[in-house]
Amino acid sequence: MKNNAETKISFGSYVKNALFNNKVIILFIVLCVACIMTANTSMSYIASEVFSRFGRNACLVLALIIPCLAGLGMNFGIVVGAIAAQIAIFFVVHWGFTGIGGFLLCTLLSTPMALLFGWLLGILYNKTKGSEMVTGLILGFFADGVYRLFTLYIIGGVIPYDDPNLLDRGFGLRNAFDLSDSIKYSLDDISFVTVFRILMIFIIVLQLVSLVMGVKKTAEARRESLIKLVSSAVGLVLSFVLMAVPGVASMIGGTRIILSDTLRIAMIVYVISVLVKKFVFRKDVKGEDMIKAVVIAALVIGLSYVPAIRNILRSISISACTYAVICLFCFFNNWILDTKLGQDMRTVGQNRIVAGSAGINVDRIRIIATCISTVLAAWGQMIYLQNLGTFNTVQQQSNVGLYAVAAILVGGASVQKANNKQAIIGVVLFHTLFVVAPLAATQIIGDSAISEYIRMFICYGVIAVSLAMHAWKKKDVAVKGAQAPISNVEAGEL
Amino acid sequence: MEKLKASMKHVNIPRLIIILFFLLILLLAYINGIDVNSYIGSILKYWGMWGILVLAMVPSIKCGIGPNFGISLGIVCGLLGSLLAVEFGITAWGDAIMPGFGPWAAIFFAMALSAVFAWVVGVLYGKILNCVKGSEMTVTTYIGYSFIYLMCIVWFRAPFQSGEIKWPIGADGVRNAVSMDTSFGEVLNDFMGFYIGGEKGIYVPTGLVLFFLLCCLVVYIYFRSKSGLAITAAGSNPNFARANGINVDKMRIKGIAISTVLGAIGIVVYTQGFGILQAYTAPLTMGFQCVAAVLIGGATTGKAKISHVILGTFIFQGLLILTPPVSNKMLAGTDISDTMRQIIQNGVILYALTKAKGGSSNEE
Repeated sequence: MKNNAETKISFGSYVKNALFNNKVIILFIVLCVACIMTANTSMSYIASEVFSRFGRNACLVLALIIPCLAGLGMNFGIVVGAIAAQIAIFFVVHWGFTGIGGFLLCTLLSTPMALLFGWLLGILYNKTKGSEMVTGLILGFFADGVYRLFTLYIIGGVIPYDDPNLLDRGFGLRNAFDLSDSIKYSLDDISFVTVFRILMIFIIVLQLVSLVMGVKKTAEARRESLIKLVSSAVGLVLSFVLMAVPGVASMIGGTRIILSDTLRIAMIVYVISVLVKKFVFRKDVKGEDMIKAVVIAALVIGLSYVPAIRNILRSISISACTYAVICLFCFFNNWILDTKLGQDMRTVGQNRIVAGSAGINVDRIRIIATCISTVLAAWGQMIYLQNLGTFNTVQQQSNVGLYAVAAILVGGASVQKANNKQAIIGVVLFHTLFVVAPLAATQIIGDSAISEYIRMFICYGVIAVSLAMHAWKKKDVAVKGAQAPISNVEAGEL
Repeated sequence: MEKLKASMKHVNIPRLIIILFFLLILLLAYINGIDVNSYIGSILKYWGMWGILVLAMVPSIKCGIGPNFGISLGIVCGLLGSLLAVEFGITAWGDAIMPGFGPWAAIFFAMALSAVFAWVVGVLYGKILNCVKGSEMTVTTYIGYSFIYLMCIVWFRAPFQSGEIKWPIGADGVRNAVSMDTSFGEVLNDFMGFYIGGEKGIYVPTGLVLFFLLCCLVVYIYFRSKSGLAITAAGSNPNFARANGINVDKMRIKGIAISTVLGAIGIVVYTQGFGILQAYTAPLTMGFQCVAAVLIGGATTGKAKISHVILGTFIFQGLLILTPPVSNKMLAGTDISDTMRQIIQNGVILYALTKAKGGSSNEE
């Protein structure tokens, strides 16, 4: 009995801890639910809206994680990455490239620009250690100004850019930039089956190379490699066979894939992967894990046939390639944090002094983190714009940092800690709130014009509260330490 | 060489560039045959209008918080005070007591009321800022922003009854632009205003300039008094101040409250000069403009003087007012001034941040 009571207490404290650690997420879930209940609109509308926003915004939010862990706080300076992407788009549209080719060319052009901007931004951050966030914010405004100078006066004025479709008065780009004839949906329109084939070919090439080069030393590893190679080849062949079946072809061969199909496929793949891990690769998978996988898959597939949920799931179609890229961003973040560089970044993020005395070049690591973030942001902005299809030439980038930061903070990230999960949850919650809060306000107050104010209030309020809470906590730590905190201003005076 | 480097450290390069740029624009204006006189009149007017808002930066810098990006809190309080002065019809009351006294009654009522609001808000704000020492600038910016949007929602549904304030079509709420003509519009501008060199010469808004300089004088004298010196001491060296029995946190609250009150009075003066009250998102960028102006005048994030306010506001506003006509003449009908404002304003703030030696100094 006694034992039982103890476990009960620990369970209670466990729940308490879980609630406390996730207080921000819980608060926003409650807010979202309350708004959805008052908004009086169909779930399928909200869900499809949230999914399309998720596809657009997730990559930009994922770009914030690395600088955060490197101790730079929330990188409001991703605006410069967005600017790099937009400049690349101007030229690609001007040269008349279309479709996925145009998109790849954009990537090729924007990456070096983003690297350059990121490098400069990193140098600036190194000069303003301790107040990176306000620096990033002001730099965003500053970059906005320079970019406006570039688009409105220098393009066509100084740089020859003779394109009557884009220039209004002989120089300066026109206000709205239409991408529908060039790269709109260029990434979104890649079908699931194409993405699958690319993945399979990639695995085949990778395994072939590793086998031929003799990277894998043990027989066991070679066997594993061979199995991967063969199964990928089978998958590739299967994809061609399946495309011949009419029903399946329309399901996975189109430009979009319906969410209910995606879920079912994902669940089947999940179960198969667990089974393969156990029986083919003879990894140590516990029996309960296998049961868990089967139960989850059965539950999800079963639920997807419940009429109410089915209708919502069927109304949402997602683009395979964009979501694949989002996964790729997540993998990239995890991968880089596992490397030596990533470990150095974490060290720098935890304590610059310790990192410096351990022989890490702190300034260099911080610059690299900023560069990575800027490049990811540039790509994220391209994904955003190719989905949107039209953008405001001068102002599109100005709120990028704001929305991204607000989203990741809603997901439970703090100024010092962030991960992929928080970014994903944050994007979903933030954009749900973004969609439903104005609707709820319209229901309560009876006027739709107020919605923009409510949205902006949410954004800024979230950021203000979480920054204040962070600074508060930091102060507590500092007071507990022996030395009194040295504020910016005092340090300047000393 | 070492000496040269040391002296270079003290020269504020962007400030130098901007002053030279201002002189260049002035020269270009003369060369291009622009009627500079009329523009000098409006520079004087905007100098007075912005002056007190910029002056609000001085107490917050002196008390150790740094430039008050959250001046928008004071601005919103000032807007509320002005709107209430219109709503209560103070002008009519004043005119009933003595003809011609109405606008004066209205403007002083607005100032007094908004100063009270601003003091309350400022004290609360100061308490928050005492909890976030070291990251004031980031937090102030976002608190200011979210407060403006919160007030946007309030403005939208506020139950004002005055026909001047309400939307023309039925609904409650404040208009986008409330005209101040019937209350205290331009009352300070026209007080003892005169022309230098005839009707087409320079118009000097004497009352406005005098009021601005008066405010500067009051702040200057206050910071010479015992209470003011305590604030300065708490800001420039908290540990020393603490050793001398000064309650540093209290002084910081006092400093930021004074700054907020000045912001409120500043926006009342700005509104009377502008003639139109803009409630909604107009205050968003004002904070940055004020910070930039005081930095151009020569202040840093740790030190500010009244002379920085007077000089900085004049140069910044001068630049903003003279650039449109010059760029219009030289670049064939383009107005580059807003872009230029954005670059200059934020460039100056960035430069000041790099010089602030934030957290980096506790590494060495």
